[in-house]
This record gives sequence, structure tokens and C-alpha cells, in this order.
Amino acid sequence: MDLIIILQAGVASGTVLLFATIGEIFAERSGVLNLGIEGMMLVGAMTSFSVTLKTGNPWIGVAAAMLAAGLISQVHAFISITLQADQVVSGLSVSFLGTGLSLVLGEGLSKAGTISLLPSFSVPLLSQIPVLGPVFFTKQSVLVYIGYVIFPLCWYFINNTRPGMHLRAVGEYPAAADALGINVYRLRYLYVFVGGVFAGVAGATISLAVSPGWFSELTTAGQGWIAVGLVIFAQWNPLRAAFGSYVFGALRRLILDIQGPTMLLGVANPFYYNPYYGFFLQMIPYAFTIIVLILGSREAMRKRMGAPAALGLPYIRGQRGL
Amino acid sequence: MTISPSKSTSRLRFPFRVQLEPRLANVPRWFPTLVSVGAIVVALLIGAVIIAIAGGNPFATYSHIAQASFGSLGVFSDTMVKAIPLMFIGLACSLAFQMRLWNIGAEGQFFMGAWGASAVVLLPILPPETPRWLFISVMILVGMACGAIWGFIPGFLKAKLQVNEIITTLMMNYIAVSWVNFFIFAIWTEGGFQMSPVFPKNAWLPRLTDLAESVPIFRGLTTHFGLILAILASVVVWFILFRSQWGYEIRLLGDNQNAARYSGISVTRNTIFVMMLSGALAGLAGMSEISGVVHRLQAAISPGYGFTGIIVAWLAKLNPFGVILVSILFGALILAGREIQPSGIPKMIQGIILVCLIASDFLLRYRVHIVRRTEE
Repeated sequence: MDLIIILQAGVASGTVLLFATIGEIFAERSGVLNLGIEGMMLVGAMTSFSVTLKTGNPWIGVAAAMLAAGLISQVHAFISITLQADQVVSGLSVSFLGTGLSLVLGEGLSKAGTISLLPSFSVPLLSQIPVLGPVFFTKQSVLVYIGYVIFPLCWYFINNTRPGMHLRAVGEYPAAADALGINVYRLRYLYVFVGGVFAGVAGATISLAVSPGWFSELTTAGQGWIAVGLVIFAQWNPLRAAFGSYVFGALRRLILDIQGPTMLLGVANPFYYNPYYGFFLQMIPYAFTIIVLILGSREAMRKRMGAPAALGLPYIRGQRGL
Repeated sequence: MTISPSKSTSRLRFPFRVQLEPRLANVPRWFPTLVSVGAIVVALLIGAVIIAIAGGNPFATYSHIAQASFGSLGVFSDTMVKAIPLMFIGLACSLAFQMRLWNIGAEGQFFMGAWGASAVVLLPILPPETPRWLFISVMILVGMACGAIWGFIPGFLKAKLQVNEIITTLMMNYIAVSWVNFFIFAIWTEGGFQMSPVFPKNAWLPRLTDLAESVPIFRGLTTHFGLILAILASVVVWFILFRSQWGYEIRLLGDNQNAARYSGISVTRNTIFVMMLSGALAGLAGMSEISGVVHRLQAAISPGYGFTGIIVAWLAKLNPFGVILVSILFGALILAGREIQPSGIPKMIQGIILVCLIASDFLLRYRVHIVRRTEE
């Protein structure tokens, strides 16, 4: 069990959560809670795998995943923005819909064999840095590198650009944004779509890079829901989201790898000699999500920070309130 | 207020437009039911299109579902067996959703209820020769208690620390499944198989077929005593929600939390108690499934009852008696869905039904007119 290898694989597996979490941050910053991530990720994973299988080109697979998950997200956008339905229930329904759709359309894909994956490579020079080089810049999938670039860009976009300010305005005080001539409905549709596209990339990251293949619902194994939790921990900030995602990725890898060696920290490894203890290891990411949420909410209460003020509320022009 | 999708421009326009008016008067009583039925029909049509795209035959699929779930007394009895856990979980969700507490953790509470009921037999808490009434009563109590504990944790975190209950209940689902798996693989395994030994007969809920001696037509019918428990539970939940002060508090909290708080209703206490009762009902579903159907603890005891129960609750408009009826419909879908290829079809249809249902609520709040455009 080599720590460097675990961290290296952890960064790759954290990239899945990174894309999903950043996408959800965009949607929630515009005031729309989208609980459909798990379903959209599954649609993304299934589409990218299936399209890559047919075309032989993983990039077309990624593009198709983005489009497919983006389209599913628009179901949620229509129901929650135009029809003003409850965002929680609407998001849940989209999650069920995406899961069911991907199971039906992905039938038989699990036995489909191998596909061409996205390229992996090492970055010259950067991979020579001790510790950081092997962890972050050696033999990673191209999507992992895209992740490194995306999250600071998203942070900059949300906090320092004009469209980013409009995004925040729509999520904090849509009535004021509307009065300034910002089209609240259009922006919310747009950012829900962006969230869907990111979820699609997250799904494609699983099936074309991190753990290639299509394993029906086990492909995501609840990572979409973990992403929703990470958004709260990240306090809607892409930089914190990246930190959380990579930590979670490393944790997931550690759990897989800890069952390998016969000795652990100088004592007989209980997880090796009794593999059934592995079931307790499997609980860790989910238990950790709950702990992280507790910590996050305590911090938010102390700093009096919180969700975008209009999160979860439909905007109805001309009605009182936010 | 009118919302028109396109603003007046000088270009050529579609001659009709959609005009919306909020409904001020209450809709007639039959109208919500009609809208829900319409939503299901639309959902089935959409499902048919997708099945056709995926290469299946939608007509054959649907008629197979109807045949395999309502075709004879025997299969109808099996449909009821699948409906029983949905009834409990639908009630669990209705109760929590009335307070706008999003308990998405019924699946985990179901597994913990099943585990608790099994623990009575396997730990063992009671010896195998215990009389049936005592055995089953204790299993019910322990199953409900385990479900309630699984509901208490997210409820406590929500009430005291404002931790989002949607995420915590979901995460608790995964933890419960791992917990049960540990026991069936490592502790209660029978000969290395991933299941516990079969329970002694006096830990089984009575079934209709047990009465075949006196009523021959019941021979082979698997519907079990859980159905009576579920109907009792629906009466209790209905009474709590609509005839008791506690239910009034729950519904007021769901409608307007601030108003409820200002009138002295405790959000903290109600959050915890509602989550616990909701968890206990889902735990009872697990107990009845273990004691009434599988008679042992194993991994594949739920085809997603916890999630289907959410849809059941919503389709029943959170009405306890509606839950009983709607559960039968979804029980049919689950029963028939086992043999349908592709295997994801029941899940997909459930998803589409929920989507259409939520979208259709719009018709209850707005009057939709299609009007001819006039020169403005």
C-alpha cells in the first residue's frame, strides 16, 4: 500500500465529485436546488459509454454525455422554474427519471466489452516535483487536468465577473435582479443546464476514465448525493468544493486499498484477515459525508453564512418576497 | 397576472398564446384526482415511447404488467404482498412530508427494521419456542424501534444543528445496507450463503394460505397479516394528522413554519418525533417483509421500496387512505417488473410518473387558457 499511489488514484476519483459539485454550485447559486445529480450522472455515464462504444471516439462520448445530462436537467428547470413546483420533489423525480432511463437505455452495456478510454499522460516538468508531481501530474486522465483548470476558473467567474455577479444576484435577490433588467428565468434555466452538463461530465469521468465501464446503479454508488452534501460543506465556493472533492476521492481509494496488505501500521491487518469488516469500511464515505455536513453547518452558523438567500424558492414576478 | 412566453415583437408570431390565471376559488373535489390520473396516463405514454426507442414493444410490456399483476386471484395476492411495504413506507413519507421534512431514508429505515426483527430471532432475543403472538409483537416493537433510531439521527441533526435531512437520510440508507450485509455475510450466514437461516414458524406473520383448512379458496395465497397492520397504521396516521392536536401542529409547521413557531409550536421537538415515527413506520415495513414474506434476513429484500414509497405518498397527495390504494398500483408495477426486459423499466416508469405528477400540480394552481393573439 503506497500512499502516493492512493493519493494519485484519489485525485482521479475526486475529479468525479469535483465536476458534480461545481455543477451543483452553479445551479444553487442561481437559486435552484437540483437534487437530480445522481440521475444526471448516471445518464452521463451511460451515454458516454454507449456513444464511445458506437463511435470509438471517447470525446464524442463526453460531448454526448454533456448534452444528455443537460437535457435531463431541463426537465427539472421546466418543472421548478416555469411550473414553480417544489424543487426538492422535482429534483428527486428527475433523479428517479435519470436512474430509470439510464437503466433501460443502458441494458446490456455492462457486458459490452472494452472501449477506448480518454487519454492519460504525465505532464513534463510538473511531474518531476517531489510528492506533488506523482500525485497530481503523473499518468492522470486528461479530464483530471481539465478539472485542475476548471475549478479556479469557476471561482473567478462567480466572484469576479459581470455574468458571475448576475448569477449571484439571481440567487440572492431575484426581484432586485429582475428590476435591473436581468432575465431571472433565462439565467436560472441556463445555470441548471450548466449544472446538468457538469453532472454529465462527472458521469463520463467515471465510465471513461476512473472506473471504466457501465455497472448500472453501482456506477455512481451515491456519489451524486455526496456531491449535494459537498456543496453545503463547500459553502457554495468552488475552491472549497475542490478541496472537499479531492479529500473524498482519496478516502474512497484508501478504503479500497486498505484491505490489501497483510500488515497495517505494524499490526495484523484486520481488514485483510476478516474481509467482512470491509462492510464497515464501505460505510465510511457516507458517514463522513454526514460528519462533514455537521461541521459545515456549525461553521455556517458561527459565521452567519449560508445558502443563497433565494435557494429553493420559485421566482414569481410581481409577487411579494424574495 | 398573465405570463406570456414571448413578448410583443414586430416579427410574425404564432397566432395563439398561453395565458395563465392563478386559481382563486378552490377546485372541485374530483379535479385533483382527475389531474393525477391524467398525469399517469401521460407518463405511461411517454414511457411507451421510450420503451419503443429502446427496442421493446410498449403494448406487450403494459399488457404483460396488467396480466402478471391483476390476471388472477393468485397474482393479485402477490401484488398485495408487494404493496404492503409500500403502504407502510408511503405512510412514513406522507407523515414526514406533511411537515415538509424530506425523509428520503425510508429505504435504510426499512433495512434497519428488517434487521431489528431478525435480531429478535437470530441474536436471539427470544427462544424459538416462544408463542407466536409474543414473538411477533416483540419483532414489531424491535423493528419499529430500529427504524425509529435510524429516523432519530437525521431528525436530531436537523432539529439541533440544522443539518440538511435530505442528505443525511440518504447517507443513512447506504450505511444501513452495509450494516445488514455485514450480518448476513459474517454473523448470521447459513453455510456460507448470503442469507440467515429460516426463522421458526412461530415468527412468521399469518398468511391467507394458513386458513386454507377452513376457507379452501385461500390455498396458496401469500397475502399476509401485514396488510391488516398497514390498514391499521393508515387509520392511526390519518387520525394523528387530521384529528389530533399533534397532527395540526405538524401540518401547520409544514404550511408556515414561522406562523407555527410564533404560536408556540416547538419545531425541534416535532422534527425529532416526526422523523422517529416516520422511521418506525418504515421499520415496520421491513419487519413485515421479513416476517411475512422472506422469513429470513437476506440482501435482496427491497426492490427500492423506500424510493417507490416517496412516489406513492406524493401520488396519494399525502393522504393516508390514498396511500393504501396507490400502493396496490405500484405493487403491481414492482411485481410484474421482475420479469420485464429491460429490467430498468419499472424504475423508469416510476420516475416518469413522478415527473408528470409534479408537473401536473401546476394545473391545480393555475387556470390555463389558450387565447388568440390580438393586436396589442
